Amino acid sequence: MFKRDFPYFANSKTVYLDNAATTQKPKNVIDSQIEYYEKYCANTHRSSYGDANMATRKYENSRELLKEFINAKKSEEIIFTKGVTEAINMIADTFTRDYKSVIISSLEHHSNIVPWHMQGRDLTNGLKVVGCDNNLNFDFEEYENILKKNPNSFVSVTHISNAFGKIHDIKRVCDLAHKYESVVLVDGAQSLAHAKIDVQKLDVDFLALSSHKTFGPTGVGALYVKEKHLENMKPYQTGGATINEVDFNSSTLLNSPYKFEAGTQNIAGVIGFGEALKYINRIGYENIKTVEKDVYNYLNSELEKIPNIIFYNDTKDCIGSRSFNIKNISHDDIGILLDKMGIAVRVGHHCAQPIMKKLGIKGTIRVSTSFYNDYEDVNRLIKALKKALDMLS
Amino acid sequence: MTIEEKIAKIKEDLDFFEDELQKYEYIIDLGKKLDSLEDEYKTPENIVHGCTSQVWLISEEKEGNLYFKGTSDAIIVKGLIYIILEIFSGEKIETLKSVNMDIVYELGLSEVITPNRQSGVIGMIKKIKELAQKA
Repeated sequence: MFKRDFPYFANSKTVYLDNAATTQKPKNVIDSQIEYYEKYCANTHRSSYGDANMATRKYENSRELLKEFINAKKSEEIIFTKGVTEAINMIADTFTRDYKSVIISSLEHHSNIVPWHMQGRDLTNGLKVVGCDNNLNFDFEEYENILKKNPNSFVSVTHISNAFGKIHDIKRVCDLAHKYESVVLVDGAQSLAHAKIDVQKLDVDFLALSSHKTFGPTGVGALYVKEKHLENMKPYQTGGATINEVDFNSSTLLNSPYKFEAGTQNIAGVIGFGEALKYINRIGYENIKTVEKDVYNYLNSELEKIPNIIFYNDTKDCIGSRSFNIKNISHDDIGILLDKMGIAVRVGHHCAQPIMKKLGIKGTIRVSTSFYNDYEDVNRLIKALKKALDMLS
Repeated sequence: MTIEEKIAKIKEDLDFFEDELQKYEYIIDLGKKLDSLEDEYKTPENIVHGCTSQVWLISEEKEGNLYFKGTSDAIIVKGLIYIILEIFSGEKIETLKSVNMDIVYELGLSEVITPNRQSGVIGMIKKIKELAQKA
């Protein structure tokens, strides 16, 4: 019933089940971007004529919306980035170099692994990985042991695994980290599309967010930085829009968030991101959670009936993604055939090669749902999957 | 039969199927017909780069001609390997050295396979050229 809010579904016959990769955009998000380009396209924070003021107002309104949305204390704590990847790279570059240890989980995607390697950290030198049990649950015992041995660490953990849908108990991750004088960055790439996040309640230090995985435009994201860390954070790039005073001898910078948003931002994108948040507010997380859980459970029960299906985790504390393989059949073959039958799922390693290697597989078939998916989508997927398996066996 | 004639023949076979799924069914059947490749040859140096699925390709020279064997972990890719080997296996080394990479477009496979997999097919042809250069 929510599909009517999304023009994509009126225009495409595809059964879209790749929401962990990107979500579809509601009409108000699309319209807001067109409106910017058609009616008041001007740069923000520089010029002072009417259209420029309007652009600045709308842009800053998105910051206010996001601040309220995640219950940040101040709008200075919200920095717009081009996405989660940039947010994590920004923090890696500007804040974490002095931390002896960086602790991540085994379910991280490459955006929360590669920046640490680029910083020269590996398993014998400053990078620690918290393991998981047979159902891919975060091993809190191992986590606490690592923290005990390495107080003052930088913890960087995903909230919801893109590949397997497992939800990490972020509150517990943060509380334990703080007990051992460590700080926590939460990779919230998958979060806002599924669940309410309250940064004060969870007590996270940093939170990386994605617009395009949250029904907003691509090329936009945000980084929440707890106020007390802002003074220790230096911008990793500077230039136009970040400065207070410049002469040929020296430059002084503006305060946060402006000093972190160098150059002309994706203005239409940020405005669209704000509209996506408004849309979620209109629907309400309770509604989203209810319909999503229902379809997710139905998907799971239907998949369980497929012969020779292999799952890698249970569905406890899971949302969004269900990952599997079929015994003796390549996930690539299934992906191709599902595509030809109009079903969009992702097959492969889902930018999470380390956990795939740990499980001894090259990848999975990942069905990732959103609140706009319905039983009919699941039925069409299952029908196509059965046909693909008939062809391949 | 020349390489061009072999391509025309395969294109004709593929064009026979109007329904895309039937075309895939045909490619899957070809994949099932592909000769197996012993595990000892599944080494890093025999891997074809550019493929989404893993592909291994080896060659053997007999009287100035190169004969290829290959395999993959995906059956559809095995079908594509079958097609590629039908075209190139047994050809003269000199002919293989100068193979035109645009062959993938001539085959009309671009309508069937995704850009990722097209680069895989191109990867196979590159590997064939490499093996011919070394032979």
